[in-house]
Amino acid sequence: MGLFDGFKVTFAQIFRPRVTVPYPNVKRPKPLRFHGRHVLNRYEDGMEKCIGCELCAGVCPARCIYVRGADNPQDDPVSPGERYGFVYEINYLRCIHCDLCVEACPTEAITESKLFEFSFTDRRDAIYTRNELLVDDQGIPKKQPWEDWRPGDERNTSAWMRATSPNGSAAYEGTVAWSGELGFGVRSPEHGQSTDNPAAAEADPSTIEGHGDEVH
Amino acid sequence: MGDPLYAHGIDLAVVLITILKVLLTFVFLLVGVLLYIWWERKFISDLQNRIGPDRAGPHGILQSLADGIKVFFKEDLLPAEADRRIYRLAPYLAAVPAFTAFAIIPIGDRISIAGHQTYLQLANPPIGVLFLLAMSSIAVYGVFLAGWSSGSKYPLLGSVRASAQMISYEAAMSIAIASVVLITGSLTTRDIWVHQHTWNWNLWQLGVVPFLIYLVAATAEVNRPPFDLVEAEQELVGGYMTEYAGVRFALYYLAEFMNTITVSAVAVTLFLGGPSGPHISFLAPLWPVVWFFLKLFLFVSAYVWLRATLPRLRYDQLMDLGWKRLIPLALFWLLLVAALRIGDDANWPWGAHHGALNAITIVACVAGAGLVYFGTLGAAIRVGSRRAQEEAESHGGVRV
Repeated sequence: MGLFDGFKVTFAQIFRPRVTVPYPNVKRPKPLRFHGRHVLNRYEDGMEKCIGCELCAGVCPARCIYVRGADNPQDDPVSPGERYGFVYEINYLRCIHCDLCVEACPTEAITESKLFEFSFTDRRDAIYTRNELLVDDQGIPKKQPWEDWRPGDERNTSAWMRATSPNGSAAYEGTVAWSGELGFGVRSPEHGQSTDNPAAAEADPSTIEGHGDEVH
Repeated sequence: MGDPLYAHGIDLAVVLITILKVLLTFVFLLVGVLLYIWWERKFISDLQNRIGPDRAGPHGILQSLADGIKVFFKEDLLPAEADRRIYRLAPYLAAVPAFTAFAIIPIGDRISIAGHQTYLQLANPPIGVLFLLAMSSIAVYGVFLAGWSSGSKYPLLGSVRASAQMISYEAAMSIAIASVVLITGSLTTRDIWVHQHTWNWNLWQLGVVPFLIYLVAATAEVNRPPFDLVEAEQELVGGYMTEYAGVRFALYYLAEFMNTITVSAVAVTLFLGGPSGPHISFLAPLWPVVWFFLKLFLFVSAYVWLRATLPRLRYDQLMDLGWKRLIPLALFWLLLVAALRIGDDANWPWGAHHGALNAITIVACVAGAGLVYFGTLGAAIRVGSRRAQEEAESHGGVRV
């Protein structure tokens, strides 16, 4: 009888494995291109990638990025080139994680990590400054006291970067591939990406596992 | 037959025992509601293939306590347009009947405290079941005045719906209860229980129909899904309690779940034999209580199952079900029970003394009466809806 079919359906759910997880104790693996909080990247020699061009601030639909560029000091340059971002702030009470800043960045200075569990209790903490956003010398983002990191999260740093970005390197011209991450090399190519670029060939794939959708 | 506690005059001990019973009932209800809210959330999670609350205490059992503490520290808002006095009074009109209605439920047989015999039920008034119906009628005021005094649209719409629904289904519920009273011959809940002892449950004494009618009508009476049109979020925000916050909201929330427990307890008492069950001589006074709570637990869990399964009714479906199905059916069944009862008493040919052959006569009579009754009713309903249709067409297709 149709009336009782529904009761059977709901009752049967008791014996099936749960679709939800007890969240803070168990976490689902994040998607490969998850948009989390930003990081400001460095080159392998420690130079900052940001050149203070303010394209990210210009493209931001939520107007949450504030950048001021300044000329590099002659004797101790912060970034390769003329200018660097000497103020860089992102207001996470406004950011919608649309990734347009990452798309706009000509030097891949700003990327999004997979960190999303940062519930601050002071609204001043919501504004991440340049110092907080910059990765350290190993390419690992700086952990803020209010952020909830789990083992392996520090490896989810720069996440997905625009594969076609020239990154200032002639080797990337015309290829579609991951670009290098400080400290973690280059990821193995995905379907549709070319493998025959020099940077990808140098990469050691074993260092960048654990990013994928596999279930832990 | 009143409580034997008051049979030998009233002294200090009697007063103290009564106060103790009041306190115990109150505490039991509060704790029971907290546990029930937790169990409902947990069990419905199971039925919906998810985990449910699991953060506060083992398996989240302290969740409703945490929610309660939180809500008590929240700001108690008073809308500018509200009718202040009535707005403040209304939650108590909902919560107090919810508490008091449970007072007449027998949860066990008699026990003796300090040489005084007393029933394991807070009160056993001679009007019994009528008290219950009175309390459920007062609860309508709690709902309606809340909506009316909030000075806001959604609460008013919600409360109009609520009072229409509660009044409609109260009729069917009362008739179902009347058939219980009819075969018991007494209004007191204790007599109704004793009459069913041990296995003469009204569930089968009356045929299953009054029980089912009570089940549906009581579900509608306490505004539980699938009859929760009162607080249909998609249409009415939060229904009659949209404007309430803080402690007053908590009172409504509490009353809602307490009503569910009370309605289940009444169903157990009226139809499922109350505290009666297999007699076990070891710890004899304890077992009736165990049977009662076991039945109660199964019943409230069944309510959760109903909620998890059935989608909400549309308003016209709700009214059709109440007025065109449940009330006529309940009335028919009441008359049937009355006829059989009178037949038994007056020694009419279909009485029990005249052998099993008369079963055929009874069935034939019932079938004939039912055919006439429901045939006439169906024809009347068809005529009514055709009139409504014609009228709608004359108004340009808009049903008024």
